[in-house]
Amino acid sequence: MRTVAVTAPSTLYHRLWAAHVVAETGAGEALLYIDRMLIHEVSSPQAFAGLRDRGLVPYRTAPHLAVADHAVPTHDRGAIADPQARQQIALLAANCAAAGIEYLPLDDARQGIVHVIGPEQGFTLPGTTIVCGDSHSATHGAFGALAFGIGTSAIECVLATQVLPQKKLKTMRVTIDGVLAPGVGAKDIILTLIGRIGAAGAVGHAIEYVGSTVAALSMEARMTLCNMTIEAGARVGLVAPDATTFAYLAGRPRAPKDAAWDRAVMAWQALRSDADAVFDRDIHLDAAAIAPQVSWGTSPDQVIGIDGAVPGDAGARPLEYMDLAADQGIAGLAIDHVFIGSCTNGRIEDLRAAAGIARGRHVAAGVRAMVVPGSGLVKRQAEAEGLDAIFRAAGFEWRDPGCSLCVAMNDDRLLPGQRCASTSNRNFEGRQGVGARTHLMSPMMAAAAAVTGRITDVRALLA
Amino acid sequence: MMPFDVLTSLAIPLPEDNIDTDIILPARFLLHTEKTGLGRFAFAERRARPGFVIDDPRHAGAAILVAGANFGCGSSREQAAWALLDLGIRCVIAPGFGEIFAGNAISNGLLPLALPVPAWRHVLAEADAGWPLTVSLVTQSVALVDGETIGFDFDAGAREMMINGWDDISMIRARHAEAIAAFERQQRQDAPWLWDRAMHHG
Ligand code: SF4
Repeated sequence: MRTVAVTAPSTLYHRLWAAHVVAETGAGEALLYIDRMLIHEVSSPQAFAGLRDRGLVPYRTAPHLAVADHAVPTHDRGAIADPQARQQIALLAANCAAAGIEYLPLDDARQGIVHVIGPEQGFTLPGTTIVCGDSHSATHGAFGALAFGIGTSAIECVLATQVLPQKKLKTMRVTIDGVLAPGVGAKDIILTLIGRIGAAGAVGHAIEYVGSTVAALSMEARMTLCNMTIEAGARVGLVAPDATTFAYLAGRPRAPKDAAWDRAVMAWQALRSDADAVFDRDIHLDAAAIAPQVSWGTSPDQVIGIDGAVPGDAGARPLEYMDLAADQGIAGLAIDHVFIGSCTNGRIEDLRAAAGIARGRHVAAGVRAMVVPGSGLVKRQAEAEGLDAIFRAAGFEWRDPGCSLCVAMNDDRLLPGQRCASTSNRNFEGRQGVGARTHLMSPMMAAAAAVTGRITDVRALLA
Repeated sequence: MMPFDVLTSLAIPLPEDNIDTDIILPARFLLHTEKTGLGRFAFAERRARPGFVIDDPRHAGAAILVAGANFGCGSSREQAAWALLDLGIRCVIAPGFGEIFAGNAISNGLLPLALPVPAWRHVLAEADAGWPLTVSLVTQSVALVDGETIGFDFDAGAREMMINGWDDISMIRARHAEAIAAFERQQRQDAPWLWDRAMHHG
């Protein structure tokens, strides 16, 4: 720990960094203490095996929480048809049991996508370092946690030592001011940013999101914003904790209680960038000018407003893959499939927003639409609010929680050439199935696509 | 970890930007729980069409891949690095990398070598022409058959680890155990709620 008071103006990122330095190992390099790790079935087996090969056991067990999400079926959970998926999930349970790490099994109501359950359980707390073998770990930065995705060797390192060698990042401040128009949300903000700076635009930086728009966003919306930070190339996205953060966390199962809560909140209130802190880069977005966004290509920065057209200079490869032409308008494009879910947009607010569009309407003929809640608790809450009934009546499938069509590792997979309106985060080639064509958009926009059978401006459906 | 010091090899040209880890190793192959044998699934979709550059007999045995900007962006899957190594690739030269991929590569003895675009273009032309390159992490240079030598920067700590084949875990356990324990004692005082057992099994 640092014994010298930090007097120079500091950013939130630098505060979080300084509070976790175990040892300086070079200029701008340090071993950082890792407070929390989330573990899932896909990136962890080789880490547990590596640990065993070294004859080691986890250095600590309490800071870890494990759940299966990527490979899990989202219907007929009783028997997992795919033997490889069944084995992978069983291996996670066995590894955790042997290591003494808590695992939430498939039939536990708390099971869900790692980045949905961490916050839900109060496992994600401001001021902590959180890692996961998953690139969307920046989601947890919405709470003012220094959270980032790591590979399997790094998981093994955290299990063995509770620290990770890291290089200090540069900082980028993204200021978003103004009021979002009806039909526009956090997904549209982040897609706008990625479109503006590019898929590698923030490589090497930690982004902090600030401004009046961000201050007004719910925790769910802030998580959507931080979640897709990696699609702009940055591993870390941050929002300083405030009253919204504390209200979300109060009473969560793993959040501190009573006197410990009061003391924690006092500490968390200091987690902000100083007014005169200097960032390496500054970007400004005007919230009022943002239209609903749709991706047209195979990289998340290939994105346009719903009123826009595919760029005239779009490359041949994405156009061929997506079966689109340069200068073609995006609105009106017929879709085959709709996916509402993922760690980007599988939370209760997302489902409420989509249900608001689906209510009293019906999925268009020939379109298959599914809603996959981000966790068992999201599912339960949605059912308590009657959202499942709205979706079912409108012809949507109502599934069990998991990553599902965000990554197509289970049996939710598209066929070659199928076009999907998706609330997930990646439109890469093959991401939703070999040859499948993904258009990223918000939950409201995806619901609008479902009920019209076409990529549609949701604002026209807001009566 | 496999040490990396000097490598002389032909290079495969794949000058496309934003080759993400889903392209390098599609997600459906992530159900395998082993590190080995993933090369047969690498670039599965691209290789399904005949004539993909990786399988071009002109580049048989090549251990260097010359790729476009932002190589390895996207998913954190370390399987992407393992699959490349299983194909025999020991070094990827690109104008820039996805950060998580670059870290994963270094952990496995696969050199992610970022070059400025003009130098990268030169290397790419040599790869296209079928000339071998010599990449030395020791002298931090790429030697081309036409006589040119291109110097490069590389993180000092990562360089030492790669040249010696060290890995993080042994180093940390050998050198920093006491610092970790001291940090924990301090954090128990400063943020006791992070150490409350009751919170963990809530
Ligand atoms: S929902 Fe998609 S992006 Fe999120 S953790 Fe699962 S696979 Fe990764």
